[in-house]
Amino acid sequence: MFKAGERKANIVSRTAAESSYVSGLKYPVPLNFYDKPPLFDITIEEFETCALDRLRILAEIESSAARNRTWEELTKVISAQCEKYMPLKDNSSMTDIHGQRRRDHLSHFVLRLAFCRSEDLRKRYIKAETQLFKIRYEECSHADKEAFLNSRDFGCLSVSTEEKEKYREQLLSVYFSPRSEAAREAAREAAREAAFEKEKYLKVRWARVPDLVEKRRVFLHGGWAYVPGLDQSSIVFQEFESKLDKALETTARLLPRLDEDERLVPVLENLAQGFLTGVPSEWIAENGAQVSGEELKAESIDELAKNHYPLCMKTIHDRLRRDQHLKHFGRLQYGLFLKVLGLSVEEAVVFWRKSFKRITDDKFNKEYRYNIRHLYGLEGKRANYPAKNCLQILTSGNTTDCGCPYRTFTPENLNTALLSAYAPLGLKASDLTEITQTVKNSHFHVACTRVFEITHASYGVKKGEAIGGESVTHPNQYASGSRELWKKVHGGGDLDMAEVT
Amino acid sequence: MANQIDSSAPEAMLMFYRKLYPFKSIYNWLNHDQMPTKLFTHREFAFTLQGDVYLRYKSFNSAEDLKKDICHLNPTRFEIGPVYSARPRDKKTIRPGGLTPLLRELVFDIDMTDYDPVRTCCSEANICKRCWAFISAAVKVLDHSIRDHFGYEKLLWVYSGRRGIHLWISDKEAMELTDQQRKAIVGWMNVVSIGSKEASKRLNIRTASKVLPPPIQDALVQLVSTFTDLILEDQDCFASESGYETLLEFIPNATVVSNLRNAWEKDPERSSEDKWEDLKQQVKQVDRNSPQRVQLKQAMEDIILHYTYPRIDAEVSKHRNHLLKAPFCIHPKTGRVCVPVDPSKIDEFDPEKVPTVSQLLTELDEFIPVDGEEKPSDEDLVERTSLRPYVQMLDQHAAGLMTVKRETKQDPDAALTW
Repeated sequence: MFKAGERKANIVSRTAAESSYVSGLKYPVPLNFYDKPPLFDITIEEFETCALDRLRILAEIESSAARNRTWEELTKVISAQCEKYMPLKDNSSMTDIHGQRRRDHLSHFVLRLAFCRSEDLRKRYIKAETQLFKIRYEECSHADKEAFLNSRDFGCLSVSTEEKEKYREQLLSVYFSPRSEAAREAAREAAREAAFEKEKYLKVRWARVPDLVEKRRVFLHGGWAYVPGLDQSSIVFQEFESKLDKALETTARLLPRLDEDERLVPVLENLAQGFLTGVPSEWIAENGAQVSGEELKAESIDELAKNHYPLCMKTIHDRLRRDQHLKHFGRLQYGLFLKVLGLSVEEAVVFWRKSFKRITDDKFNKEYRYNIRHLYGLEGKRANYPAKNCLQILTSGNTTDCGCPYRTFTPENLNTALLSAYAPLGLKASDLTEITQTVKNSHFHVACTRVFEITHASYGVKKGEAIGGESVTHPNQYASGSRELWKKVHGGGDLDMAEVT
Repeated sequence: MANQIDSSAPEAMLMFYRKLYPFKSIYNWLNHDQMPTKLFTHREFAFTLQGDVYLRYKSFNSAEDLKKDICHLNPTRFEIGPVYSARPRDKKTIRPGGLTPLLRELVFDIDMTDYDPVRTCCSEANICKRCWAFISAAVKVLDHSIRDHFGYEKLLWVYSGRRGIHLWISDKEAMELTDQQRKAIVGWMNVVSIGSKEASKRLNIRTASKVLPPPIQDALVQLVSTFTDLILEDQDCFASESGYETLLEFIPNATVVSNLRNAWEKDPERSSEDKWEDLKQQVKQVDRNSPQRVQLKQAMEDIILHYTYPRIDAEVSKHRNHLLKAPFCIHPKTGRVCVPVDPSKIDEFDPEKVPTVSQLLTELDEFIPVDGEEKPSDEDLVERTSLRPYVQMLDQHAAGLMTVKRETKQDPDAALTW
């Protein structure tokens, strides 16, 4: 499997592969078990973009799990995400189904390369991919499902009527009929039995359906699990998972031998990082480099910090007020954040000048003015620096005066900080358990998102809704999401002027 | 003279390894073959040396190799881990991630400490013949379930040297199980959640249907007699006030609880048997078809399971890379050898009759002075001690594994029954 991946990675021409169309269509159904690696030419750009799109979906699946979304919620969210980033339509669709399936196929294999490196990444990737497969499987039309099931051998034996009769009692006692509406117990029981009579049983080695075994939802005898046809999907999912697990291990073993120029490794590394915070947010790019329209004044920042900051920025801001100084990385992180928030360079100079109370004008002009102007691309290399996103904040080694508090604070300090920062906005001590738990599992951005939801509940933000449906991946996304909500309620107007006066 | 040898003394330990430890049998059992295979050479061993120094990732080419190193380092005990994708001893030279566990016997660990809340005779590290009855009940249930539900046959039960028992399952399919599958099998088995006190009251068996799942129903039938003999008669679990209060906590019906409590407070001498009888009487008075009656009946089932169902140390079984003490090691506190146990004779097994190192060495000492005999070879030495039947048990088990292996070699299709 990997060799082919290598070939693909090297973008070697393989026209022969294109001829491997099965029955005229290379991907007969939307579902794919990803047995065969993609053997076609792609551009580096396609390599990266399609993987990024898939990663967005997978990252959303991950954070959904961390946020305890129910299966229905998850399906809804992910379907929407798929629609947006990686649509996959059935055969009746008029869209470019071959192109869609090709992208799906390709992105899966690119991410395999990115996520095979460590046990942890592999596990998470498998989990997310399996979830995605499940969602797609369930959305799939009946005919496609059937075609898909027939295209593979899942190693099931059918159970004869005599055998079913022999274990009737045991089978029936673990048999759950598909939701029956009958209200009365006796009627429900009768319906269940009737459904059982019609059920066709399959048997597989128990190890193929560990999820059913773990919950004691199947009858086991001699190592064989007797699975009702209804639960057949469980076998399919299990097969998908174990196949992917094996394939990833093989890939991991072979990856160091990847005979590669410097084009792909950075891309892969970047992708692997994406799981930490969700996909690196392209929040800036999407929203324009600067928030335009409203002029932010230096004096309104305190007010803003109180109502709209994520915890990381709040922490920095409080520290600045307390110490009347910030170290370099703190200034960098906060300065860029303010820039993107809409603070002009003139106002920024005013803001910092006022904040550094113990420093003389002379020293300020010598040592800090240049720095501030540099952030705005007015000095030195004159680059338009974007504000740091969560990924950069989380992974930067420098944690004095900056960093992500969800990650760097001890649980006790975090709780205190959260309460003092957000209690006026509606955060209660009882909410902390949930947040602490999330942090404990290293889902820092999920914790941050949850805080956003809690503190904006009064604007009608519900649990699981996040910021317009997306988890926090950027402090500016948090702040501007918060300000937009505020504006909606308090009527357009100039937010900052209103606050100041 | 006979009892002068200190079982935990390093010299005694060394002598035991040199003269008595059945390295060859262990090798056959792990390797499934005469010629060294990856099952042995890529297998991790971990030694605990004197002074709690812990050495991991050791691996050996052969039984002799293992013996040499053990006699050299003289560990107080050693553990057996999984078969890795490479030789564990090369760990430092293999690139990171190159050493992954592949195969491993499916293991279970039952430890008496988990039974502390329900045993009255001893507590913590102590064990007597009486509390062994908990273990033997557990062994019967687990042994039956593994064979009947999961279809495994190559089971080796090993006394852990003090207060527990280990199970090693060497069937090919069992060896190949992934961590996730191991977790599933533990989920299937586990009923009593061990851990915090509150959690231990709830059993994870009732699903939406409220009926006991068939495997648990099976086990319950086996356990009813154990409950009467062990819990009610022998351990007399509900005699004390705290004992019967624990019992009452299981009962979901306030009237029944207060009736019973009143009766028992008046007559503190009532035996557990009588109290159980009282409970039955109370339940009988509840209307036969009422939901309360059903609830109470279920509560009684739960009680029986809570007190007698196997309490498995789940963490040991869940991961392939969990290390477990090798059979025939010496337990450092008791000096007893971790000997294999025949599950069909589990009731007769008495942990206090298991040979200790000092006893075995004494047996050896007493034997050697016999005149006119050649100096016996190392293998023969075991024959002269009371360790012999246990080594034979392991040899038989290993022979069974080697037969299977041979048959698979000759006819590869024979193993592919699934």
